[in-house]
Parts: sequence; structure tokens; C-alpha cells
Amino acid sequence: MSQRGQPIVYPYIPNSVPTAKAEMLKAVNAQSVDEFYADIPDAIRFKGKLNLPEPLLSEAELVRHIEGLLGKNISARERLSFLGAGCWQHHVPAVCDEINSRGEFLTAYAGDPYEDHGRFQALFEYESMMGELLNMDVVNVPNYDGFQAAGTALLMAGRITGRPQALLCGTISADKLSKIRDYVQPHLEVVLLGYEPASGLLSLADLKAKISDQTAAVFFENPSYLGFLETQAAEIAELAHANGALCVVSVDPISLGMVNPPAEYGGDIVCGDIQPLGMHMWYGGGHAGFIASRDEEKFVLEFPSRLFGVTSTRVEGEYGFGDVAYERTSFAVREEGKEWVGTAAALWGITAGVYLALMGPQGMAEIGERIMQRAEYALRKLKQVPGVKVRFDGIHFKEFVVDFNGTGQTVAEIHKKMLEKGIFGGKDLSKEFPELGQCALYAVTEIHSQADLDRLAATLQEALK
Amino acid sequence: MKPIAPKPMPRRFHQASWDEPVIFELSQPGARGVLVPEVETGIQQEVGDVAAKLPASLRRKTPPALPELSQIHVLRHYARLSQENLGVDLNIDIGQGTCTMKYSPKVNDQLARSHKLADLHPLQDESTVQGILEVAYRLEQFLKEISGMERFSLQPGAGSAAIYANVSMVRAYHASRGEGAQRDEVITTIFSHPSNAACAKVAGYKVITIYPDADGYPDLAALKAAVSERTAALFITNPEDTGIFNAKIQEFVQAVHDVGGLAVYDQANANGILGITRARDAGFDLCHFNLHKTFSTPHGCGGPGAGASGVSPALVPFLPKPTVEFDGEKYYLKDDLPQSVGKTRPWYGVAQNILKAYAWVMSLGADGLREVAEIAVLNNNYLLNKVLEIRGASMPYAKGKRRIEQVRYSWEQLTEETGVHSEEMEIRMVDFGTHYWTSHHPYVVPEPMTLEPTESYSRADLDEYIAILKQVAGEAYTDPEVIRSAPHNSTVHQNHHEPFDNPDEWAVTWRAYQRKTLKQSGK
Repeated sequence: MSQRGQPIVYPYIPNSVPTAKAEMLKAVNAQSVDEFYADIPDAIRFKGKLNLPEPLLSEAELVRHIEGLLGKNISARERLSFLGAGCWQHHVPAVCDEINSRGEFLTAYAGDPYEDHGRFQALFEYESMMGELLNMDVVNVPNYDGFQAAGTALLMAGRITGRPQALLCGTISADKLSKIRDYVQPHLEVVLLGYEPASGLLSLADLKAKISDQTAAVFFENPSYLGFLETQAAEIAELAHANGALCVVSVDPISLGMVNPPAEYGGDIVCGDIQPLGMHMWYGGGHAGFIASRDEEKFVLEFPSRLFGVTSTRVEGEYGFGDVAYERTSFAVREEGKEWVGTAAALWGITAGVYLALMGPQGMAEIGERIMQRAEYALRKLKQVPGVKVRFDGIHFKEFVVDFNGTGQTVAEIHKKMLEKGIFGGKDLSKEFPELGQCALYAVTEIHSQADLDRLAATLQEALK
Repeated sequence: MKPIAPKPMPRRFHQASWDEPVIFELSQPGARGVLVPEVETGIQQEVGDVAAKLPASLRRKTPPALPELSQIHVLRHYARLSQENLGVDLNIDIGQGTCTMKYSPKVNDQLARSHKLADLHPLQDESTVQGILEVAYRLEQFLKEISGMERFSLQPGAGSAAIYANVSMVRAYHASRGEGAQRDEVITTIFSHPSNAACAKVAGYKVITIYPDADGYPDLAALKAAVSERTAALFITNPEDTGIFNAKIQEFVQAVHDVGGLAVYDQANANGILGITRARDAGFDLCHFNLHKTFSTPHGCGGPGAGASGVSPALVPFLPKPTVEFDGEKYYLKDDLPQSVGKTRPWYGVAQNILKAYAWVMSLGADGLREVAEIAVLNNNYLLNKVLEIRGASMPYAKGKRRIEQVRYSWEQLTEETGVHSEEMEIRMVDFGTHYWTSHHPYVVPEPMTLEPTESYSRADLDEYIAILKQVAGEAYTDPEVIRSAPHNSTVHQNHHEPFDNPDEWAVTWRAYQRKTLKQSGK
């Protein structure tokens, strides 16, 4: 009841209009809605009224309330942020937001290829453009995120090779490793490989010592979680293949206009997260995973995800779209399918397609190179700050590890002072990689100007005084 | 002018059909859609040619063969594709049963687009994200109240991810008690979502599937025969995808508890029972909600959604980490959870959908949620009366009983009488600007159709949908060819299906299509 004692008419519920509701009840020959719940035993009927806050019935009140809550946040746009570590502040082109806000896409779900031709075509085009970026013929409709993509890529390798073990680069993030361990544990033993202390590169000696005829996959990231490029990629792939294992590589797709895709150096299954390709950070809500492989039946039939393919129709000149090899999915055959498939992140797939179409070959080549230049500039500026070093002497893409061990202060102390100056410092690695001591992972993207990077160095120098 | 003739029922519809090429065919060499900021000369001078630092094996030789388009052409292409798609905003979307296709309020989408949410990094200092942490914390309190559970994790990316998180917690719970190896079976029912079975299998369990008894209820005798000291858990939906509420649900839970197993409630079908009955009150140890179904966040063509995993006190230590906590003054993330199953996805969940679900509950309150449930159920029972008036339709199981929020119907009689199949009628529906979904596989109900009208539709909407169904079912008797050759008024016409299952022909990317078709045409 409203304050004036009238029944509330809810704008989202057409039949909450009292006369409409009464007529509906009459039409179904029911005295009250209770009759529909006759199967629910009294013992488990909820008797009271849920203890929830009083509703904000008008849109005006709701907006005021929510904006009040959001107003307590300070976004990365209002400050200068160098946070990355798997979620990055790249520029999101306006057309990306425009397309993924359209109700036709935003509010659709799982219709068939005839009423949802647009969704099927847009996702086929996403797969196709990712295929060009990756130089691979098979790319899935997105799954949840890069963690899930890595877990599934490893399980696929396990099923393809029939072997029980995965070797992982030791510089993987703790969170991603946690997800992978949880996900693959009944099927694969996860073994971490050591890394070279000076460069961070995967220890080839350790790989040679641990690889065997039990190894299903050798997994590494390029660029690595800690920002450097794995320059031994081809050698690692060769070692994997020489031992009958598959080479699984996780990449940052925004690097691939500049950096060679794994297919060119021996990667068999490639995975990663498309958040950099047109998704806002959304406090971690902008993720979607991809998995890619060659177009070989033994690979394709191990994908759990939807794979949208193109076909002809009854009318010459029309493209039709639909599910390729649907019988492999859990939708078709429940637990007999490959892992499971469900609602994941299709809208972000459509958005990443828009992004790649906007960027084109030239844009992707330029963004890769220019991010690398900006990161290199930042790294050089920070190195000049007394007491500050950069760990790992290799080639960095957009992230690098800043070493504060020589400053006599902890990362937390330094970042607190920088926060007061309006800068979000990079991710504190002291808990995740205790062997590095007081280090932090800094991310630089195309949004950072030279002035921003100069300001970072100057503010850091000030904070260390 | 004479009065213009009134609108016919069903309406004359034609889907947008732009005959749009695949985007690669729109490429114009040299065109640009967006430009990348140039690096300043100061940076250029300082760092020089970074590309030269890359070893040959890591240097991309040729740019990716992406299409080249001006901005307006990208926009127009995708705007046209969007018009060739039917979301809740456009159609009477009651045909996607089990999916709770309700209205997603625009104001919530608009609020979530604020840079105060869209441009938050998940690792920002807690002092800068108090707003979103408060929203997550408060939504957790709501879900606790709605389900009776002790705690929730909002981390899972959607429903199946929440099921997986739950099975992972089940596994950790039994392992912590030294029964991990012994309890290697998960039981589910055939009318529960296939992910219950599939996630359990991924987590290493043997899956036992219970079929319904003659009345369509999950078979209690079959469950009692299946449970043992090997039972890790029961994963069950209620009401099931038939819309039938399992009245013996407490006995199901008890039977599982009696052997030391856990009872896990898939609440994908919660829309009709909000404020009516609660998971914990029936004895469940875990449950999950789909925020993109029951709690209105948009379905996004298949995600991002959002899942919420709820647990009883005994399962709290195993929740994914971190949890969101409140110390009376500030909100914070708690990571120090030694028995946690760890990460289910990066960070803390799909924050924009957490906000939208929160806003939706705030716009309704306790009375409003109950109104949602009651109207959803009223709409469903109205619809089912009308469907059953259509020749050839039936509602298997539980004769003479009402249903909760959806129904799995059968066209078996229609198929017997006309030879037309439900999957063919499904395609014909598209010609009238809507659709329906048959069922998950296997088709336990023959010639199935699953409708869930939710609270978002008026009587006129339901009547229009019925008029379309009646039209299509009538055609099965009078003009089956018009169904078999459908769609006629859609974007495109019937696919040739063979290539999708033929490795020599299937093409998941444009490059694969070009390679394979050029090969076939001998070029």
C-alpha cells in the first residue's frame, strides 16, 4: 500500500494495476494467488514480510539514492592511475559503448539464428577479427574471463594429449593460479616452473628437468603477468612439441598489432582476456575470455564454448549463422559434453568486434607500438628517481615491476603518499611475490600522456623524500 | 479520409533485413575508425625505436588483416545488425522459458554507466571504492534475507559459474572432513539445468540423474535408492523447468543429509517464489541466484550476467575470496580466508550487474518482490489456460494442478496429427516478431515448448502471444508447408545445417570460410 492507502502500481509490473489483477484472477478462476502455491508445504511457506529497506518507488528517489552511493567512489578518470595486473584503463571508443548499449543487443539472450541473426553475425565477425589478430582459424564465443579461458585451454590440452600434467610459468598471478588450480584439479596436476631471477623469463633448465611424457601442456604468458615479453617463446614451444606436449599461451590481445601472435612461434592453443579491446574496467566487470586454435577436428571438438559458424541459406547470396559441432556442448548432452557452457560474456565479444573494426590493422599496429613507447618512457623516468629501480631487464609491453627496496619504505607507505597527491600507484606485489620484497607492478597505456608520466616520476620523487 | 482499418491479430511483422555483408567485405583500404594518440616528441626522442628491441620471433611481420572502415561505417554496420536482433525491449519475450526474460529497467543501465562505476579499477585503494563496496554488501544482505542463507559471494560471473563455485565448495567441505575421496557422486534431476550435471563432472564427480515420477515430480524413491555414503551433494532446481514445485523438497534434502551429503539449490527459477518460500527454510546448504534472471539485470545476448552463491553457516569458510565486510565505519575486502576455494573469477564479480540488481530490489522492496512473484505466477497460470485451449497442445504431468512461473508444454498431439514438429513451429514464430524455446536436451517431454511469462507482461501482451501460437498451431493443420518453409518474414531464410557438423566445411571465422570455400570451388 502507498502512504495514501492505495495499492501501489509498479511501473515494471503491468498487471499490478488492481483492476487488471482482479480480472486476471477471475479469468483463471482463482480466488487468490495462493491457489497457485498449493504445492508448497505450509512448513516452508515464508510467513512474514521480508526484512528489506523501504522501497524507493519513484525513479527520482532511486536515482538520488544510487548516485549518492556512487558518489562515494573516486574513479580512475578523476585521478591518475597506473593500476593494471589484469584489468587495464585503455581508451574505450564511443562507438563501443553506443553499440553495447543498444537494447536490441543488451536485452536479448539466447534466441535462434532467425530472430537473432544480428547477434550471430556480430559474434561470428568477432571470432573472425580475433582470428586475424591471432592468425588462427578457430576462436570461441567468449567465455567468462581470461582465468576461465586459461583453465579451459589447459583442460583441452589434457583431453587432446590424454596426459595428466600441466607445467605453468612461475610468474603467473596468484589469483589466476588459484582459479586454474581449483578448475583443473581433478584432471591435471599443476606444476610451476621456476623463472630467471634477473630477467623473469621462464627457466628453460627447469622446463627441461620437469617436462616428460606426462606433460599435457606447457603454459606461459606473453607478455607475462609481470609485464616483460617472454623472448624464449619459440624455444619453449619447441621443447613442448619435442616432448609431445601442447604449447598453451595466454596473450594480451592489444599487444598483437605489434607483437607476434603465438601461432607464429608454435602456440597450439591461445587464450586470454578481451577486456582491453573496448571494455571499461567496471571494477572488474569488463572481462571476457577467448580461446583459439587451429582448425583441426581434434581441437575443435574439445571446445566447451559456443562456436558460431557461417553457412549458406535457402536463398542464394544470404549468409546464415549457427552453432558449429553443437553436440560437443553440455547444452546438447549434459555431463557428457565438454566441460560446461552457459551465460558468459557475449556482449563483450560483440564490443571487442566493434573495437577491432574501428582500430583496423593500422590502429592495432600503432596502439601496440605506442603503448610500448610510453611504458618504456615511464620506466626510464622512474629509474632516474633516487632509490628506485626497475626489476627484470627484458623487453616490456605495457607493464613493468618497480623496485622500491632501495628506498627504505614499503610500497604501501609510498602509495599512500601518492594517493594523497592524486595518483593511484601500481599493484603492490609484496604479498604476492614475497621474493621480490617491496615491488609494485605499474601499467601504462595509450591514455597516459608524457605530462602524466613526468608527473608520476616527480610525485614519486617527492613522496620518497 | 475513411477510418484506417484496425490492426489485425496477430500483427503483420517483418524483421529488419539489411542484407548486410560480413564486415570484411566493407573494408576500404586506408580508412580509419578511430585514431590512436600520437606519442609526444619528448617520448619519441627519449625511447627511439622500441620495435627494434623486439627479437625477430616476437615482431609481427604483417599487420593483422582486419577490415578498414570509417567510423560511420562501423557504427552503421553494427546498428543494422542490432536491428536484426530481438531483445526484451522489442518482443513479447515470454518464449525463452527458464530464462526469466523480464524488463531490465533503463534507469539502472543508465546509473551503471557512470564513470564512478565504469572507470573503477578493482585494485583501487578501499577508501576510493566505498560506494560500490557498500552496494555489494547491501545486496548480500538482501539476498540473505530473501533466501535465509548465512552469507553470499557475488563473485561468480553468471548462473553456471555459480553452480561451479557451489560444487567447488561442496568438494572443499567434504575434503576438509576427510571424506573427499569417499564422496565421489553428485545427484541431480533431469529437469534441473544441464550445468548442474556438467559442472559436477568437471569437478571430478560421477553424476547420477533422477527422472520424474509419473506425475512429473522428481522421484523420491529413486533419490532414496541413489543416495549413499558416496553422495557428495544433490543439485536440484525447484520449481523445476516444468514449473512444478516439488512438494517433497524437505524429504529430498533430508534423504541427502541422512547420508552426510549436502543439498544445493539451483534458484534459477526463483522468480515465482520471492518472499513465498526460502532455500534455507527447506534445509538447503547452498544455493545460487542468477541476477540476470530473477533480479532483472539485462541478458546481454548471453552475458555478462551475474551469479550469487549462498551458503549455510557450515559452508561459510569455503566461500570464494575475498568477501565484502563492514566494520561499522567502512567497507573492506577480506582476503584472509584459509579454507576458501579461492578465486572463481578475477576480482569480485560483475560490478555493474551487482549495482543493477541492487537498484532493482531498492525500487520494489519486500511488497514489490512479492508482487513480482505473484504476478509472474498469475501470468503463467493465465497463459497456460489459454495455451491448453489450442488444438494439439498439452501440459504433461500433474494433471489438474496449477504451475508456478513457467510450463514445459508438449505439442505431441499436434505432431501426431500433422507431422509438424515443435522445432519447426519455433522457426515459424519468428515470422510474427517473437519466438519460443523448446527445451534443454534430452527432450524428456516430447515436442516441447517452454514458456515463462514473468511479471513484465500485460494481459494484452499474453493475448497477443497466444494469438500467434494459435495461428502457427492452426497452420500445422491447414498449411504445414508454410511452417516447414519458414521463416518468411525474418532477416534471413533457413540455414543449410550440414556444414556446421562437417569438419571439411565448418567455418568459425571468415578466414576459415575463405580458405575452405575457395578450395571447394577449385580456385
